Amino acid sequence: MVLDVNGVKHQITADPDVALLNVLRNQLGLTGSKYGCGEGACGACTVLVNGKPVHACITPISNAAGKEITTIEGLEGNGKLHAVQEAFLAVDVFQCSYCASGMIMSAVALLNSNSSPSEAAILKAMNGNICRCGTYPFIVKAIKLASKS
Amino acid sequence: MYNAPLIFDRRKFLKLAGRGLVVAFVLKDYLSFAGETPQPGSPMAPPGEVGAWIHIGEDGLTSVYTGKVEFGQNIRTSLSQIVAEELKLPVSSITMIMGDTDLVPYDAGTFGSRTTPQMGTQLRKAAVTAREALIELAAKNWDVSISGLIAENGMIVNSATGQRIGYGGLTKGQQILRTISDNVPVIVAKDWKVAGKSLPKVDGRLFISGKHLYVSDMHVPDMLYGKVLRPPSYNATLVTADVSKAQAMPGVTVVQDGEFIGVVAPDVVAAGKGLQLIDASWEEKTGQPSTANIFDYLVKNASGENNERGSENTKGNVEMGLKESDFQLSQTYHINYIAHVPLEPRAALAEWVDGKLTVWTGTQRPFGVQDDLAVFFKLNKEKVRVIVPDTGSGYGGKHSGEAAVEAARLAQVVKKPVKIVWTREEEFTWAYFRPAGVIKATAGVKKDGTITSWKFVNYNSGSAGLDTQYTTSNKQIAHLPSKTPLRQGSYRALASTGNVFARECHMTDLARLIKMDQLDFRLKNMDDDRFKAVLQAAAKAFRWNGPKASGHGYGIAGGFEKGGHVATCAEVLVNEDKEVKVLRVTQAFECGAIVNPHHLENQIMGAIIQGLGGALFEKIDFSSGKILNSSLSAYRVPRFSDVPKIEVLLINREDLPSAGAGEAGIIGIAPAIRNAILDATGTGLTVLPMIPNGTLTTDKY
Repeated sequence: MVLDVNGVKHQITADPDVALLNVLRNQLGLTGSKYGCGEGACGACTVLVNGKPVHACITPISNAAGKEITTIEGLEGNGKLHAVQEAFLAVDVFQCSYCASGMIMSAVALLNSNSSPSEAAILKAMNGNICRCGTYPFIVKAIKLASKS
Repeated sequence: MYNAPLIFDRRKFLKLAGRGLVVAFVLKDYLSFAGETPQPGSPMAPPGEVGAWIHIGEDGLTSVYTGKVEFGQNIRTSLSQIVAEELKLPVSSITMIMGDTDLVPYDAGTFGSRTTPQMGTQLRKAAVTAREALIELAAKNWDVSISGLIAENGMIVNSATGQRIGYGGLTKGQQILRTISDNVPVIVAKDWKVAGKSLPKVDGRLFISGKHLYVSDMHVPDMLYGKVLRPPSYNATLVTADVSKAQAMPGVTVVQDGEFIGVVAPDVVAAGKGLQLIDASWEEKTGQPSTANIFDYLVKNASGENNERGSENTKGNVEMGLKESDFQLSQTYHINYIAHVPLEPRAALAEWVDGKLTVWTGTQRPFGVQDDLAVFFKLNKEKVRVIVPDTGSGYGGKHSGEAAVEAARLAQVVKKPVKIVWTREEEFTWAYFRPAGVIKATAGVKKDGTITSWKFVNYNSGSAGLDTQYTTSNKQIAHLPSKTPLRQGSYRALASTGNVFARECHMTDLARLIKMDQLDFRLKNMDDDRFKAVLQAAAKAFRWNGPKASGHGYGIAGGFEKGGHVATCAEVLVNEDKEVKVLRVTQAFECGAIVNPHHLENQIMGAIIQGLGGALFEKIDFSSGKILNSSLSAYRVPRFSDVPKIEVLLINREDLPSAGAGEAGIIGIAPAIRNAILDATGTGLTVLPMIPNGTLTTDKY
């Protein structure tokens, strides 16, 4: 099976029902996407598949094969942060930051589909992502900042 | 007496001079010591010396050593700021070496909001002592007096001649041997240039680009993955286990040691499969308590009413006080077990090399886990190294080192490094909880608002925040430990989350009995100026006396814990369907001189939001030794949509020492919401969580 991750094609030998998160983290060494719950309930593992946010912990690799997969590691271009990352950095959002990758990927997906979301739209799009440190108001602020840039 | 600063190579020095001897000589070449990797900051350095805490490299890059760990408090940043301020260095030239038992001086652990007041003070003094030593070294080099020499941006400058020399050029990479004095001239907060500012999170870019390696992300050569077989319920005993199918899997090793059974495999999927293939039968213990009867169980099994009379916190006579009162109020409050739910579950990577064990793990007590491992494996502590990379949070829930012991056991047998990452279900089931508790409060009040009697007894959940912080001439305060059926331990602000809830509910109810405003009643019975200041600040910003729409209610609550003073106002709306919506929260917080305003605001905001969960809906549901909601879809934590409008007011007391801020921010939110619901509806809830199903009910618990 071939997985196209961040523009690079990888030949993968694994059962087709193995979770994408597993392969990303343990076979490809892309540990930016995190395990938080294993049931798609916390958003820490969020990656983009053909531009749409998915929970990599419950996505079998067979569902992602042949599609464009983007992880947090794929956001930077030529050592330059993505505008959403820049905004999160500028607001200095996080505490422990374990949720950061999933938050940023969900935010990128939102802004790709709606470049200037209302606060209600932000809350709705982000509600699947948990920040246990409770930095939500700063995340909303960062997304608003990114939407202006 | 002039006490010339000494610089020396710590390892060579100790090798030659032995521990505890302070000998006045300088060893020249730090790097020439054959066969030994230069490693500044060994635990052998006497902790009274600057060199144990701060090392300035020849290139001027400065390492700071602390046993505190970064779990999201952003102390890597605030401690750097404190050192930078006193040592007159840019923050960017400082690297904090944290939570590595081989490199940092002993530390009991990161808890109790102690980092800022204790470690901050320690590093501040070390930095000042280092600054003075550097000035004296420069004076000696230039053969001038120290007057007129100042430290500035990593250099000592002679203000008369303009001559300057970098710190690295002075120390040449060697250690500064100078005893840290308690009476050093620290820079007062009002003159701070680096501390007191909202500097961004150190290494922030690593975290927002997915590059920081948490323990669960780590990988070392030849590393294998481990899984551990868990019982089906608490106190179950293993009867038989057939591991042959798992053992037959290619590359899989099953490790069996009594009831401990672990599976090691080259990849995590195989480890999981191996675990599933183990055919184990267990004898479960029946008749263990459940959510339905836990509170009766805790009271029944408490350590005895006699303890109340022996309590040190007795003043006057509560019975007499009740007789003097015009109104009496007795109520029982119930606090459920809740889980910390750190987003990164427990994880450990263990490696044995030549009889020495190294474990990377996310624990709040690296030296405590080093002890645990040394005891378990019967090793000298020097043979155990625990390293704590910045971790995916803990909130008091990671004092222990379960995964560390498990990974080390497996690694010892397979003779290769082994990593274990707990599943969310394991974290919910086999970690520990904030204790459940029953709190019985009885108080008497006069019509004029004088509290004549205050009796407060906590069953099981703990003594933090137990005493009243209001004035009364008669009180009796007690904590009665009980038998807990679930494993319980520390939590953010400990038992004060329950005790302050009960106290602040009771205060508002007493105010209502005498028809006094709940804020005025508090202010009348208070002799702590800092508490008073946060209450007044919160009330003013909240517009406490402003108009309220129908169905809306205002509540207030507060207190002080671990140096943090907090007051919280909440507005709720309870609609006709009895749905409760928290609309807005105003919280004032004061913890002395503020080291980093943005990170403090973030910490206080986060505490309010985390506190919303325990206030409204977080609750561990269990039955006879089984956790019934051990997943994030079944155990609800606050999300974006739960967050009300929050206003945080920070009061900067530059005249007071900086206290910690990780904990006290959580204590006001639950009682403030409860008192607001009471104001809106007349219903005074007494159980945490209050609204597990989203609507107001008057069910007992």
